[in-house]
Amino acid sequence: MSQTPALEVKNLTKKIKGKQIIKGVSFTLVPGEVFGFLGPNGAGKTTTIRMIVGLISPTSGTIKIGGKNVRTEFTEAMRHLGCIVENPELYPYLTGWENLIHFQKMDSSIPKTRLNEVIELVGLQNRIHDRVSTYSLGMRQRLGIAQALLGKPKVLILDEPTNGLDPAGIREMREFIRQLARDENLSVLVSSHLLSEIQLMCDRVAIISKGSVLRTDSVDNLLAEQERVIWRAEPIQVAKEILSMETEVTEGPDHTLITLYNEPLLPDWNEKLVKAGVKVKEMRTQLPSLEDLFLEVTGGESID
Amino acid sequence: MINLVRNEMLKLLRKKRLYVIILIIAFLVPLFTYAQFKEIQDQREKMGNQDWRTTLQQEITDTQNRLSSSRIQDEWRKFLKIRLSQQQYYLENDIDPRAPGAPTFMRIFVENSIDLLLPLLVMVIVADLVSSESSGGTIKLLLTRPVKRWRILLSKYLAMLLSISFIVLSVAVLSYGISGVVFGYGGWNMPLLTGFTVSGDELLTENVHIVPQWQYILMEFGLVWYVCMIVGTLTFMLSVLLRSTAAVMGIMLASLIAGAILANMVSSWESAKYFFMVNLNLTNYVSGMATPIEGMSLGFSMSVLAVWGIAGFIVAFVTFSKRDIY
Ligand SMILES: Nc1ncnc2c1ncn2[C@@H]1O[C@H](COP(=O)(O)OP(=O)(O)OP(=O)(O)O)[C@@H](O)[C@H]1O
Ligand SMILES: [Mg+2]
Repeated sequence: MSQTPALEVKNLTKKIKGKQIIKGVSFTLVPGEVFGFLGPNGAGKTTTIRMIVGLISPTSGTIKIGGKNVRTEFTEAMRHLGCIVENPELYPYLTGWENLIHFQKMDSSIPKTRLNEVIELVGLQNRIHDRVSTYSLGMRQRLGIAQALLGKPKVLILDEPTNGLDPAGIREMREFIRQLARDENLSVLVSSHLLSEIQLMCDRVAIISKGSVLRTDSVDNLLAEQERVIWRAEPIQVAKEILSMETEVTEGPDHTLITLYNEPLLPDWNEKLVKAGVKVKEMRTQLPSLEDLFLEVTGGESID
Repeated sequence: MINLVRNEMLKLLRKKRLYVIILIIAFLVPLFTYAQFKEIQDQREKMGNQDWRTTLQQEITDTQNRLSSSRIQDEWRKFLKIRLSQQQYYLENDIDPRAPGAPTFMRIFVENSIDLLLPLLVMVIVADLVSSESSGGTIKLLLTRPVKRWRILLSKYLAMLLSISFIVLSVAVLSYGISGVVFGYGGWNMPLLTGFTVSGDELLTENVHIVPQWQYILMEFGLVWYVCMIVGTLTFMLSVLLRSTAAVMGIMLASLIAGAILANMVSSWESAKYFFMVNLNLTNYVSGMATPIEGMSLGFSMSVLAVWGIAGFIVAFVTFSKRDIY
């Protein structure tokens, strides 16, 4: 793709009090894609996002939003950005409308008519003139998105956007994010530690753990590559020995063996087993959930 | 920038702090008016039913007698002369110096509130100006706009300047308006003495002169505004440095009260005069009261305050524009 990336992060590092928290993170977002930022608690998702939005300064590395460097062209870069970092914290003593007016006034390029557009987009028309302190978490989340969309950004950054939402809310948020990416050609960076969520919502994922990106790929690719074959055969020890000579074998639950999926070689392996007198009772392929993948990539580090 | 300042003013108004301040002042002024009224009544009772003109005439004769004595120091003679001309002025113009009008009340009120009450009110407004954004998390939205950080902080500083001016103005208006009901609204042109300087135990009077009360009041309100701005700036700095509004208030409160206590006991600890909090009582220099520490003068105190203020301003802006926000 020859388009300029909507967001470009290169070799980002951050040291806090002598501790290396982010160790060289790089990725790019193309326009119109939803990019997942997946990692367990304390992986450094929020820290990376804070650097992207200019709240903390990186120890090294560059960040470009719409081609503008966040450090050297801060105001230009911020014009292309909308974000919610962690919780959508708005002014509780102002009404939703006043909150939006407040942020509209901070950017002279936003016309007042834009307010009604974003309010309609997030569906807050009925409560917009109430104080934010009377809002439910879901409504605050929507208002947060409304303020992020005010400036018609190219890049939307949402840190755990479904945090605290009920299943219906999560589903709605997911569809909303997909719709934004599709209809407005917005690039969305979504961080989460919920794998199911990322799997359903994102085009591509970066898996981050302990401050480094372990893998970046499309969700489909990541899953396909990790496709497995489950064997049930007897006697299991003999089967294992034979298969080990061909490929890597692990023992699964319920007396099964697991090998990688390798289509052209599969009949061969089967033949060898049969010749050695092993009874192959079952042979099936399995797509791992992103969860398994995640556990494997992060070396079994706990999540959730 | 105007839009940013408007935002800050909107937030200030919605937090209702300014109303509270106005209410506090509107509650205190009648209280002090009553106290002042009682005091005047007391004095009147002591004098009996004597006409104030007779009393004043007696005082004038007394002063004249002392002036004619030859063993009097030159300095003192000059002071007495000024006092004499002041007393004569009162008599000629039929002004009762013991029956203060609203302007006199204003003057006394502001002289007594400059070192503690007004700084406290200022602190209430300024303490959470920045810290509330940090502790409430709204700072994350504020600083991810296409506006440079120092401009955001400057808009807050300007909002503070406006609020302080508003507080000082309300003190003036409320104290004049409310006390006038009791004391009457006249007395703007009453002559007052100013220009005293203190050197050691002596009161130097070579610069003493008479100014009409309105000018005197204007001068004092200028000084009050200055003190409030310095206290405001220092509170502002703490508000940038600390996330907790309570901590900001605690530190400010402790320093202000320490200042009030120190002023009464540090006369021998000379370097204490470089603390900002012992220099707050600027109106004392106008009325010629003794200073807490030797070597302090209006110019000195104003410079000390200016240094503290400028340092606070710089610290606030430098940290705010560089700091990492977690
Ligand atoms: N101000 C700080 N001082 C010291 N360490 C910090 C600071 N902020 C974050 N860290 C550390 O950096 C690491 C990454 O934190 P971060 O908040 O980025 O994680 P996260 O991926 O967002 O996790 P979560 O899923 O829990 O939100 C953690 O180990 C945390 O302890
Ligand atoms: Mg986080």
